Amino acid sequence: MSSREQILAAVKQHQPEASVLPSLEGLSGSMPGTLEAYRKVLEGLGGSLFEVKDEKEIPALLAEHYPHLQRIITIGSNERAWINEDPHLLENVDMAVVPGLWGVAENGAIWLTEQEVQVRVLPFICQHLAIVLPKSRILPTMHEAYEKIGAPQNGFGVFIAGPSKTADIEQSLVLGAHGAKSLVVFITEA
Amino acid sequence: MKVGLFIPCYIDQFYPQVGIATLQLLEKLGCEVEYPQGQTCCGQPMANSGYEHLTHQCNSLFIKNFADYDYIVGPSGSCVLHIKDHLHDPAAETAATHIRERIYELTEFLTDVLRVQNLPARFPCKVGLHQSCHGQRGLGLAQMSELVAAPFSKPEKLLRMVEGVELVPLDRQDECCGFGGTFCVTEEAVSVKMGKDRVVDHVKHGAEVITGTDVSCLMHMEGILRRQHAGVKVMHIAEILNQNIHEQANS
Amino acid sequence: MNRQTADHATLADRFNENEPRVDWHDQTLWWVRAKRDKMARSIPEWEQLRDTASAIKRNALGNLYEYLIQFEQQATQNGAIVHWAADAAEHNRIVTGILQQHGVRHLVKSKSMLTEECHLNPHLAANGIEVIDTDLGERIVQLAKEPPSHIVLPCIHKKKEEIGELFHEHLGTPAGNADPQFLTAAARQHLRKEFLQAKAAVTGVNFAVAETGEMVVCTNEGNADMGAHLADIHIACMGIEKIIPQRKHLGVFLRLLARSATGQPITTYSSHFRQPRAGQELHIVLVDNGRSRQLGREDFRNSLKCIRCGACMNTCPVYRRSGGHSYHTAVAGPIGAILAPNLDMKDYADLPFASTLCGSCSNVCPVKIDIHQQLYKWRQVLVKEGHTTASKTAGMKMMSGVLSAPRTYRAAGKMGRWVMRAFPGMVNNRLNPWYKQREMPAPPAQSFSQWYEKNKKS
Repeated sequence: MSSREQILAAVKQHQPEASVLPSLEGLSGSMPGTLEAYRKVLEGLGGSLFEVKDEKEIPALLAEHYPHLQRIITIGSNERAWINEDPHLLENVDMAVVPGLWGVAENGAIWLTEQEVQVRVLPFICQHLAIVLPKSRILPTMHEAYEKIGAPQNGFGVFIAGPSKTADIEQSLVLGAHGAKSLVVFITEA
Repeated sequence: MKVGLFIPCYIDQFYPQVGIATLQLLEKLGCEVEYPQGQTCCGQPMANSGYEHLTHQCNSLFIKNFADYDYIVGPSGSCVLHIKDHLHDPAAETAATHIRERIYELTEFLTDVLRVQNLPARFPCKVGLHQSCHGQRGLGLAQMSELVAAPFSKPEKLLRMVEGVELVPLDRQDECCGFGGTFCVTEEAVSVKMGKDRVVDHVKHGAEVITGTDVSCLMHMEGILRRQHAGVKVMHIAEILNQNIHEQANS
Repeated sequence: MNRQTADHATLADRFNENEPRVDWHDQTLWWVRAKRDKMARSIPEWEQLRDTASAIKRNALGNLYEYLIQFEQQATQNGAIVHWAADAAEHNRIVTGILQQHGVRHLVKSKSMLTEECHLNPHLAANGIEVIDTDLGERIVQLAKEPPSHIVLPCIHKKKEEIGELFHEHLGTPAGNADPQFLTAAARQHLRKEFLQAKAAVTGVNFAVAETGEMVVCTNEGNADMGAHLADIHIACMGIEKIIPQRKHLGVFLRLLARSATGQPITTYSSHFRQPRAGQELHIVLVDNGRSRQLGREDFRNSLKCIRCGACMNTCPVYRRSGGHSYHTAVAGPIGAILAPNLDMKDYADLPFASTLCGSCSNVCPVKIDIHQQLYKWRQVLVKEGHTTASKTAGMKMMSGVLSAPRTYRAAGKMGRWVMRAFPGMVNNRLNPWYKQREMPAPPAQSFSQWYEKNKKS
């Protein structure tokens, strides 16, 4: 008997009586799904937030707040050669500007998938990350987020909540572990 | 209402004044109390050590002693919890069930059954209340700090009825003192460290007396306090609630 | 492998030789517990969430056979290669085999308690394959040649000065620099190089969804993603109990996990791996290693609900004052003490006794595992199975004999109190562990029952 069969047989023999799945109704309570609620949590995580009319305002804001950026990749721009290159070459990206799909007010997380970021490693390997999110896409909790996201459409998706961080050394919080050292969220009016 | 007084073995042997205070307090509050003389122990020391199978005779004895009372009341949350959770006897399961349903720790008996609203007691003193785990988390004598739920505390409610008692706040309102039955000797180092830390929390906040619903925890903390020659005393909550209005704290 | 001869009490005793350090360890973890409390209180539906999470896990365990098959089917359709390992040795063989097949001598690994449980690292080392742990805490203990002492905070037992020294020795940072910010930046640089070179990445799995065949991996550092998205081969190792039924259930668990673990609203990254990226190989290793046996133990199967948040460790007054290494097992603390005896009763017979049964662990558990009740039940099982000492059994039998015979009990009590009063040295000595740091209670002249006899008996 293969290990697969052996494990499955043991599980089948030992698993308890099946129970019904609980309802997920009412778990969100009255959590607000507002921009203000989202901003407060994001800032608590060490991220920053700017409200912009549309994406055109972003380059000027980046230049103002991140004056030393050399290599910026903006999803949706005409510069697309990097998409077909070896992802390891993205190591020198200072800033990636990527579109987010849904924002979650209760925890500051933003959902993105590989369809938006084109190359999976981009939002992790870049030194700094900017996510663009329309205001109308902020939801109260994770329950609404999974409802909106629905079934997976592609191979990879991620919730990102703030910059990469660690507190492994004596519980001292340090931003910038292995992923992006900072996160800025641009909320557009759409 | 006939109350059977359950005095756990170590209280019987080492802290008779707690038994006396419990008895007097219940009588003062109008209960008809009897102490069945044949009682020994609830069996918890064996059970918590993994020898629950050696507690059958203790169980039979407990049932023989307490089956005939309307209520069984004891001044120890831990022992009461053990009976509530583990008292069984195939030969007398009806009586065992009656006891499990009718046994109360002293303070919950006062607040839930007697519904005491005021006490003729006076104890002018700064008091630290130690929430013993088995009473608190097991019997639900007080809300637990881990849960997102409305706070309450039955022992605290009673202490607040005592004139002059000033309850001191604690940094950690319901951390375990480290007694833990045989744990106190098998894990001596951790047990003592936990006890020392609990004591420091009370002393730091100015407690003159540490009280609680379990003598076992108090005995452990008293052992530490006495070794440190700290002036702080321990008293079981029954001793405070039973302080006569005319008596002084140093009695 | 990794077997220690000393038991929890001995190791805890050693840990307590340095009291200021115990205070520091206790306070650091208590602070994490306090952050957890604050986060939990920010959600009025917290207790309902815990109930729901527990019920989902109950359903998952009750349908585990069906969900495992569904997961395998979905994952295979997604392009992953699914492996089954009956035990730790087979898990290690499978991982080594994949690496050898591709000629990989060097790989990065993100946190996986399962690979700690299986002792994967020494196995790979013995096969000439170098593993770099990439979680900062895990890298630190790896450099120190120690196992993690906590499942979420692997180097919580280490002081920053010790870490500074380790980095000085291994990464060439300036001697005496112990600034967490500086050390983290140094680790980032050092590990970036590793990420860029690694051909293979091993990750753990927090949740595997039967419905979609996807796996969710949660990190704050981004190390799982850096590893998996850059490597040609991604090997995800998971215990079979990680399965949850549907994608929407992730909402429940992701709301609970980080809040319970560290008091954050969510981890920085919650990555959903479904398909390998173009040109990549994705392997999923499903590991039993005693889990199906635990599933059959009615009293203990709920331990398989665990989502490895570590909240029970942070709240445990014993863990905080004995340190993770005193549990001499990959998963320490209260949850470790109910999981380990399933792996080996003899080796871990001490762990269920390393508790006062205070119950705080069960109250913080986000999936409501009755941890302290299982500790009590393991004690009964271990004694019945003979994992106790003859002297303890003799003592318990004697105690039971005395306590079930009222006359003997009274005589013994009277005698004992008399001895204590007449010859205090007989109990107040170094052989009595109580007396080492505590005074014995002052023995009264008469017991309560004697008082009652005299004063009350009508």
